[in-house]
Amino acid sequence: MSTPRRRLLPIATLVLIIAACSAPAASTPAASSPASGDAITVYSGRSEELVGPLLERFTEATGIEVDARYGDTAEMANLLLTEGENSPADVLFAQDAGALGAVAAEGLLAELPSEILDRVDERFRSPSGEWVGVSGRARVVAYNTEALAEADLPASIFDFTDPEWSGRIGWVPTNASFQAFVTALRVLEGEERAREWLEGIEANEPNVYDGNGAALEAVAAGEVDVAFINHYYLFQRLAEDPNTAAANYFLTDGDPGALVNVAGAGILATAPNPDRAARLVEYLLDTDAQNYFATETFEYPLIEGVEADASLPGLDEIGTPEIDLSDLSDLDGTLQLLQEVGIL
Amino acid sequence: MATIAPPRVARRNATRASAPPAWLVGAGVLVALVGLLPIAYLLILAVAGGGDAIAAAFRDRTLGVLGRTLLLAATVTTASVLVGVPLAWLTTRTDVPARRWLAVLTVLPLVVPSYVGGYAVVAAFGPRGALQSALEPFGVLRLPELYGFPGAALALTLFSFPYVVLSVRGALLRTDPAFEEVSRSLGRGAWRTFFTVTLPQLRPAIAAGALLVALYSLADFGAVSLLQFDSFTRAIYVQYRASFDPTLAAVLALMLVTCTGAILFAESRIRGRARYHRSGSGAGRPAPIVRLGGWRWPALALSFLVVALSVILPVATIAFWLIRGVSAGEPLTFVWGATLNSVIASALAAVLAVVVSIPVAVLAVRHRGFVGILVERATYAGFALPGIVIGLAFVFVAARYLPWIYQTLPLLLIAYLVRFAPEAVGITRTSLLQVSPRIEEAARTLGRQPGAVLRDVTLPIIRPGLAAAAALVFLTAMKELPTTILLAPTGFDTLAVRIWSATSEGFFARAAAPALLMIGVSAASLALLLRQERH
Repeated sequence: MSTPRRRLLPIATLVLIIAACSAPAASTPAASSPASGDAITVYSGRSEELVGPLLERFTEATGIEVDARYGDTAEMANLLLTEGENSPADVLFAQDAGALGAVAAEGLLAELPSEILDRVDERFRSPSGEWVGVSGRARVVAYNTEALAEADLPASIFDFTDPEWSGRIGWVPTNASFQAFVTALRVLEGEERAREWLEGIEANEPNVYDGNGAALEAVAAGEVDVAFINHYYLFQRLAEDPNTAAANYFLTDGDPGALVNVAGAGILATAPNPDRAARLVEYLLDTDAQNYFATETFEYPLIEGVEADASLPGLDEIGTPEIDLSDLSDLDGTLQLLQEVGIL
Repeated sequence: MATIAPPRVARRNATRASAPPAWLVGAGVLVALVGLLPIAYLLILAVAGGGDAIAAAFRDRTLGVLGRTLLLAATVTTASVLVGVPLAWLTTRTDVPARRWLAVLTVLPLVVPSYVGGYAVVAAFGPRGALQSALEPFGVLRLPELYGFPGAALALTLFSFPYVVLSVRGALLRTDPAFEEVSRSLGRGAWRTFFTVTLPQLRPAIAAGALLVALYSLADFGAVSLLQFDSFTRAIYVQYRASFDPTLAAVLALMLVTCTGAILFAESRIRGRARYHRSGSGAGRPAPIVRLGGWRWPALALSFLVVALSVILPVATIAFWLIRGVSAGEPLTFVWGATLNSVIASALAAVLAVVVSIPVAVLAVRHRGFVGILVERATYAGFALPGIVIGLAFVFVAARYLPWIYQTLPLLLIAYLVRFAPEAVGITRTSLLQVSPRIEEAARTLGRQPGAVLRDVTLPIIRPGLAAAAALVFLTAMKELPTTILLAPTGFDTLAVRIWSATSEGFFARAAAPALLMIGVSAASLALLLRQERH
């Protein structure tokens, strides 16, 4: 009888030690005492890999500590919607305008000061001033460079409904940027044309990927010839593997396929530290942060005087469709359309 | 099945359920209430949404998706039992070479997050994966379609069959060999004895493992999305992600809960009410080792094949990301802080889950009243629900009513418990089924109080089962993503979140180091825990 007990003892001791070690970890979260210290709480739908260093730079520049919670943008938005007025968050830093719009629609975001809003073109911010875009991402057609040359690619996103593309397309219908593009399609071309496009692509039996990264991976492997994704994934892929057999093709001339989305930020109406939160949003639209977006994440800077990476066509060259991001608020209609066509 | 001799004999000697002590009922009911909290939250949302939401949920397409998802769960469960039971037997009862290694390696796949495992399966067997490249010289330009049902079934089986292995291992280690010996001495051959005596005795353990596999398949999001299978959980995520409307998602989640109820019912029917402990006098002892003779190496080869697909393949994929990235100049960063956080949170969750599973299992096995059964079944409520549902349920309750616990480690642990306690409950329960109440009664007649009997007699006997239960919860908590993202203290960096956030952005090289750390730490912990299986 004594043998098993002798073995139980060390295990129990180990557990106690672990529990004791973790006690400080349990008491550190700033959420329990939002008023104390200088830290602001950021809910970031952008990954730590992308924006962690930027938030560190902000702390260095201003001395304001940042407690960041990282996750999927939609999860962060749902988190805020569920927390409601009890949220400990100061800032929502989101991957797409749709999530910012959904949180703003519930009255959870405060109006931003006009000196922040005015730094950015009207197209890239909320018309009622609750959120502001901080970096731009263009929709592109990523293509496999072994299977195709740029000259083989058609001039319009509508041409991909041609049966010659059957079995060669990858897309990510659950992705917010894709859904924003479909909304743009509905606004620009009308409900019927949008439905035709979706049905046409669906008839070409596209591969449905879980995310833009997975879709690009499939393009590089030659699993599909083209995929409809955002432009900047390619640069991360190239940094890891310079031999990646993929390239971006930018549609032009106002084609809906050339839509430019934004990642953006808003300040919570219930923010415990609204002033310091405003400092962060200001910083994100400062030259320093805008340069970071241009050089580190290969996104489009949105303020005057900061240029995008030289390997990217300029925003004016792309010829983005004439549309404000705030026109893309009818996400429900898009979702319904995607469900009716049987894509979601 | 007139041949299930041992349980049949034991049944006649079964004790009638006695009234459980109040503290036991209190503990059990508390566990059940916390476990049912997410369902209460879903009901509130659904009722507030009214008839429209319910009508919207019952579209033809939804029902089609539900049907296909159930079919997937059934396929994965069957395949996992077929893979898991032989592996459990080989690693506990035979002289297969490298048995101790195999014991760890056949459980380790549980720690491979499905959002990494899914990539590995695609990289290997995808239309242009490694297998296709290897076969290209032979004119194979494309492999048969992996995406959809076959790929999802393959990936889910590869990363969930260890539920069966762990559950059945414990049972095999504890089963009284006397039954098998009687069968052999009465002239039955080895195979017939296995099928008519050993296997029926394993029934509750197989059912408990299979139940976890089935519920895991229903709730998984990562593997099904990467393998392009439109599952029910994916439909729930689409609601959260695209429409930001929790009502429809709640109705869908409640449909999933209903299916869980049906599966739980089926499991309890399969398990039956038979007893599985020896009823006479005499002492239990470990079963003798079966000599495989010439079958040793084929058995090893088959086990190795499973390990190769479920452990080596993902590790090789991660290593490939690492090498490719580092040679292109990507920095290699080991995130020790995140590792420590992951280990602490998972270890605490494992210990708590085992502690919680004890009153629940004692109530269900020893007292078998209405309360006992209800409590035990209620703990399963959380396991089949997608993590985001459980996470948001706790956000809702804690942010509003318990702000002092919101975004602290204790709340994260409670959510882990709701999600993972069923893993521990299943194993603890099957362990307890194999302990004769006579032993406990003997201790009572010698003057011990019920609590002391539990501490000094019952728990030491079922210690191998408790170790396996802790292992299970530890591994699954390590990789848990949605509840961690939603409920961890802000700034509480974990490996799971690191890996996911890197892979989701396409930073595969940066995901590699944390992923290898996660698998390495888990393997070490697992080896330690499995040593506890032996007396």
